[in-house]
Amino acid sequence: MSRLAVDLAYLFAGACFVLALKWMSAPTTARRGIWMGEAGMLVAVAATLLKQEVVTYTWIVVALFIGSAIGATMAILMPMTAMPQRIALSHAFGALAAALVGTAEYRLAAPDIHPLKMGVLGAEVLLGFLTFTGSLMAFGKLQELLPTRPIVYRGQKVVNLSVLAAAVGMVALLVPFPGHKELFVVLAALALIFGVFLIIPIGGADMPTVISILNSYAGLSGAALGFVLDNKVLIIAGALDGSSGFLLSLIMCRAMNRSFTNVLFGAFGRVEPSARVEVEERPVRSGSPEEAAMILDAARSVIVVPGYGLAVAQAQHKVRELADLLARRDVDVRYAIHPVAGRMPGHMNVLLAEAEVPYEQIHDMESINLEFAHSDVAMVVGANDVTNPAARHARDSPLYGMPVLNVDQAQTVMVIKRSMNPGFAGIENELYYLDKTMMLFGDARAVLGELVNELLRTSARM
Amino acid sequence: MLSRLEIGLYIFVLATFLGFEVIRRVPSLLHTPLMSLTNAISGISLVGSLVLAGSGRGAMATALGTIAVTASTINVVGGFMITDRMLRMFKRRDERKPK
Repeated sequence: MSRLAVDLAYLFAGACFVLALKWMSAPTTARRGIWMGEAGMLVAVAATLLKQEVVTYTWIVVALFIGSAIGATMAILMPMTAMPQRIALSHAFGALAAALVGTAEYRLAAPDIHPLKMGVLGAEVLLGFLTFTGSLMAFGKLQELLPTRPIVYRGQKVVNLSVLAAAVGMVALLVPFPGHKELFVVLAALALIFGVFLIIPIGGADMPTVISILNSYAGLSGAALGFVLDNKVLIIAGALDGSSGFLLSLIMCRAMNRSFTNVLFGAFGRVEPSARVEVEERPVRSGSPEEAAMILDAARSVIVVPGYGLAVAQAQHKVRELADLLARRDVDVRYAIHPVAGRMPGHMNVLLAEAEVPYEQIHDMESINLEFAHSDVAMVVGANDVTNPAARHARDSPLYGMPVLNVDQAQTVMVIKRSMNPGFAGIENELYYLDKTMMLFGDARAVLGELVNELLRTSARM
Repeated sequence: MLSRLEIGLYIFVLATFLGFEVIRRVPSLLHTPLMSLTNAISGISLVGSLVLAGSGRGAMATALGTIAVTASTINVVGGFMITDRMLRMFKRRDERKPK
């Protein structure tokens, strides 16, 4: 296939990718977007396989087969609650591929590499390898193979920045001396170590931001590979991926009231207040499912606030069951989603969609926050920090300034929670001590099941 | 080298701005499928891996290329499939199958 034909195929693929993302702007057109993306990918891969440089197909066929089998199996079997892990893993795979191709390009071309190309190559390999181990670490934390609590020690930032600086130094040395292959090995090793160090101080609650940033890094390493290989469709796709991840991390930062510079260099392990404020034993009102069902029975509007606890308990189907029962009694049920609810952007929406909650009922924070004041019941299922009213008024709270859902403005607040343990951030939630708050302790799925049974029983009595 | 890099930079900057404009319009409802789709799309680095694995430039290049093709293919195939699986679940009220 002529060079021009291949280039045109790549251009077509690039255009398809832009359209695919454009159609993601509405659920009604989003699936069309996938088909567009697939069409672009198919054309690009087919054109590549017909390139003159490609002379043997044995290993390509083997790799395509193994990759498709693994990818398809994961896509079919992966439960929706494990979506954040899967995304983290795919960032790792993407970055690994980019880094390995970069490494091979270096080994094939060294020592005769133009300084400019060496600089790009070094940056590409650095970004690729650090995203690879960083994403694997994120996967480990999300899968709870690694401790999810942030691990911090004195001088951590200094250590991290030194490792990064050393890696950048290797790139700087390679630019004038591309023949020193040992420098390249050290560069790769430092990048791999930095990726690990980057994620160590990060706790579970910061995962939405971290995943978005790793998304951005993975995109950038792809774009950098495009520069190395002089392949324009790689640059386009990498730029789209990078800007998407960057935009999502900005949204996540805003939702947590953290500055982007605070996050950019992995300094985002939330610093816990060293002297945790001693909270005196305050009474909380613990309610029974019967009481809660009675209140729900009399309510006209209910807003459900799901959080990570809902995903852990796999309670999305029970929530929908309860909502259906209430809807049959003409109760208006809506869902309020905080941008950082769950472990990745949009995590809760996918779970609710899986439980067949119609998406008109799902509202983001901005559009629903004024509605709490007019609603009878706000039901918090496994969410914590994003409902803490202290964020609005307590200047000494670490959460101060973070936009929260105004759950406390509802007539009655029900909180379904396993225990009084404070969440990841270790911050007391004053919502639980309000007079209007009723705590329903237990596993979210079990508690919701009891509520459903109670409601069924009262309707049988009627 | 310099002129090719320059063209590449033009493309990169313009695609980034285009990405911002397009992705800004994606509602938070679809942020997870969005991330999964951009992931699948950036699996296009597959084309680089394919050339490496199939160009017969020595055992090292073939080995690294084969691993890279496998990793990218997982992302491409798995990414598109799981995005589709997710999006099929997003339904309007009237689209829900009657129980």
